[in-house]
Amino acid sequence: MKTKKIHVDPLARVEGEGVLYVKIRDGKLEDIKFKIIEPPRFFEVLLRGRMYTEAPDITARICGICPVAYQMSAVHAMENACGVVVDGQLRALRRLLYCGEWIESHVLHIFMLHAPDFLGYPDVMHLAQDYPEHVKRALKLKKAGNAIMSFIGGREIHPINVRVGGFYRVPTKQEFGPLVENLKWARDAALETVPWTAQLPFPDFESEYEFVALRHPDEYPFNEGRLVSSKGLDIPVSEYEEHFVEEHVPYSSALHSIHKGYGAYLTGPMARYNLNYEKLSPLAREAARSAGLGPTCLNPFKSIIIRSIEVLYAFDEALRIIEQYEIPEQPAVEVHPRVAIGYACTEAPRGTLYHRFQIDDEGRILNAKIVPPTSQNQKSIENDLWHYAARSIDLPEEQFLQQCEQTIRNYDPCISCATHFLKLHIDRA
Amino acid sequence: MEPSIIIIGIGNEYRGDDAAGLAVVQALKTQDLPPVRLIEGISDGMSLLICWDGASKIILVDAVSSGAEVGTIYRFDALAQPIPVGLSFCSTHAFGVAEALTLAHTLRQLPSTLIVYAIEGKNYASGAALSPEVEHAVQKVVAQVAQEVREWTDPAVYAA
Repeated sequence: MKTKKIHVDPLARVEGEGVLYVKIRDGKLEDIKFKIIEPPRFFEVLLRGRMYTEAPDITARICGICPVAYQMSAVHAMENACGVVVDGQLRALRRLLYCGEWIESHVLHIFMLHAPDFLGYPDVMHLAQDYPEHVKRALKLKKAGNAIMSFIGGREIHPINVRVGGFYRVPTKQEFGPLVENLKWARDAALETVPWTAQLPFPDFESEYEFVALRHPDEYPFNEGRLVSSKGLDIPVSEYEEHFVEEHVPYSSALHSIHKGYGAYLTGPMARYNLNYEKLSPLAREAARSAGLGPTCLNPFKSIIIRSIEVLYAFDEALRIIEQYEIPEQPAVEVHPRVAIGYACTEAPRGTLYHRFQIDDEGRILNAKIVPPTSQNQKSIENDLWHYAARSIDLPEEQFLQQCEQTIRNYDPCISCATHFLKLHIDRA
Repeated sequence: MEPSIIIIGIGNEYRGDDAAGLAVVQALKTQDLPPVRLIEGISDGMSLLICWDGASKIILVDAVSSGAEVGTIYRFDALAQPIPVGLSFCSTHAFGVAEALTLAHTLRQLPSTLIVYAIEGKNYASGAALSPEVEHAVQKVVAQVAQEVREWTDPAVYAA
């Protein structure tokens, strides 16, 4: 009996590091494990004893690419605990800030991490040799996303302007002027990106997923809504832990998340799109249609198109928010701590990010639970590898590895968030 | 008017000697310099390309791991010479300084002057302070960068 083991170490073009282990025996795929070996970073533990007001800034340090997501989930969970709802223009500014993060995260992924796979380049530097104008445009799009984040958040990385209740400072309407011109250019540029991603060569592969995302009656979701799935789940966020459970797997220091009674599920742009398509702006929906996408998309490789549609939507939404902006009376609403448990889900670029905090009467954090989207997607990543890799095991090893890596990158995993380190090991005999 | 000289300190302040570039820029803030833009906290290559867009003269300062003696200072003209083989810019991201330079070259987005100062580090552990040799090198680089920038701005006044 021949067992072959292949290792790819480290996996390139993902955020953070991880290990994929593939075992092939007698020409058949025998095992796939998505191994996480980086030690956990114990954020849930180090939050204990901290004040509720510190949660946004501490949790933001979990990730350098999606700090806004952590800040948004944290402030919403604390406000939920304290019985406060942040509405009106402050709510709109939070959506605007999140638009900035979606843009810069998605654009980086589309061009720097994912597109090279489809076109056979080892990295964006080689892709840029043949597509210089596209890469230049991508840099400008990312810059526009960064500009939103530093304008509202006060800083591009780990924004400093966010707090429980709102912000420390809010802009005047006039201050938006220069940003608007840039965003209008960027929206047009983002519109051109959609058809470019749509004409990439896509493997013919679809899968049945349980998609999980927020859903809101009026809008494409960022910070608010009920948690829904394509298999009929429809719950308030406070019931998250009754339906989703994390389990230890022996080969990984990260937990795997499953939907109780159902199994693996998928969160992120594909889930949001499939569950909320009709809430996209007309411009984004039209771009999707022109790109050949309907309301449903089950090919994970086409997530690159969906990310480009979300980038377009984010610019569209950003301009809409700015156009309707009037400076609120106060930069934040008053929040008073009380004995409570608070829950929140917000839609990070990579998917639903769950926070739960228990606080005492002074607002001191007693315990915390944080479930990042990449943790939640791990089982779906493994499933995709099973189904997709199984078809490709007879390919030359280099090609096989490339396809495994591309499959993983469909999920844009943020391994720092899931405390993961990715390398690919294939055992083949 | 935006100064078209930018000095960028690259690195992660929580990773020991990886903070060398940041330390240089922080120290430069206390120097008497002609108008320049000082940027610190960039730690990935893509952000580099974005932030130097539009500048005509750029100085990058970063830590490197080349096997040389700790505290060794490299200075090179990134437009005139390729990055020396074996000089590995430490990056906690997949896309670091070397990649940024390559991409900028491909996109023809290089400035007219691009000088890179690199300081050899040894300890990149989380939470570590700068090694003493690196601290010493930081001070030297601060003086060199300040002098260079003054010479660019007004050679008649500032040339040593």
